[in-house]
Amino acid sequence: MNPWPFVIAAYGVAIALTLVLLMWAFASMRRAEAAADALKRK
Amino acid sequence: MHALANPARFLRFARPATSWLLLIGLALALAGIGAGLTLTPPDYLQGETVRILYIHVPSAWLGMAGWLGIAAASISQLVWRHPLAAVAGRAVAPAGATFAAICLITGSIWGRPTWGTWWEWDGRLTSMLVLFFLYLGYIALASAERERGGEGRIAAIYGLVGAINLPIIHYSVLWWRTLHQGESIGIAGSSIDSSILWPLPLTMIGFTCLFGAATLMRMRAQLAEAKVEARMRRLGS
Repeated sequence: MNPWPFVIAAYGVAIALTLVLLMWAFASMRRAEAAADALKRK
Repeated sequence: MHALANPARFLRFARPATSWLLLIGLALALAGIGAGLTLTPPDYLQGETVRILYIHVPSAWLGMAGWLGIAAASISQLVWRHPLAAVAGRAVAPAGATFAAICLITGSIWGRPTWGTWWEWDGRLTSMLVLFFLYLGYIALASAERERGGEGRIAAIYGLVGAINLPIIHYSVLWWRTLHQGESIGIAGSSIDSSILWPLPLTMIGFTCLFGAATLMRMRAQLAEAKVEARMRRLGS
């Protein structure tokens, strides 16, 4: 059994899920902090 | 811990810490992944499949450490009424759930060529799956409690009760000797050869920094949302 497809799939899943987590956390932080700043300026 | 109880003081620490954790985490995780895929030799028994170790072990550690963080935040909230404890618990949960899911998926992918099966109701695998479902329950409970204006005490109690699963995961390979191998890395040392082991600390520290960055970003988002909600309430009244 060729092991490389399994290794690539495992790394692909790990990297993709980590990036999704970081991008979601970053986007939600930017959105919330922008809303708080906009309200402060009003 | 109590020095950061003030949200303004916490934000002064969290803003630079988020960027540093992201940068260091990405650099170390990429270096560890690169080294693990190209520089280490294949294992004499498992062959190239052993390379899954460099992502599976950090995700297992972070899946468990995340719940340890939730338990610590729960104690901090219930005993000392730390104002940021509930925020911290809610922020840790999505990152912990993500790494628990990565651990389960990469373990399953590792299991197919090594054990000949994607899944087995083995003690370690099952208790890790329970941890993943505990995370989903915590996320649902904490957000429902927050929507109803609660202080998060029910979620904190749930977080403490759920911590019972952590020693079960840890000792499962000793209590039920089924498919998952026993502990290969302990305080006393490691049964893995150093020529294979050396990139592991890079991915361990790297992914831990990324976990920390995601948690801080979620905490900052929740504090900003709370500020907006408070302001809207004041404007409405």
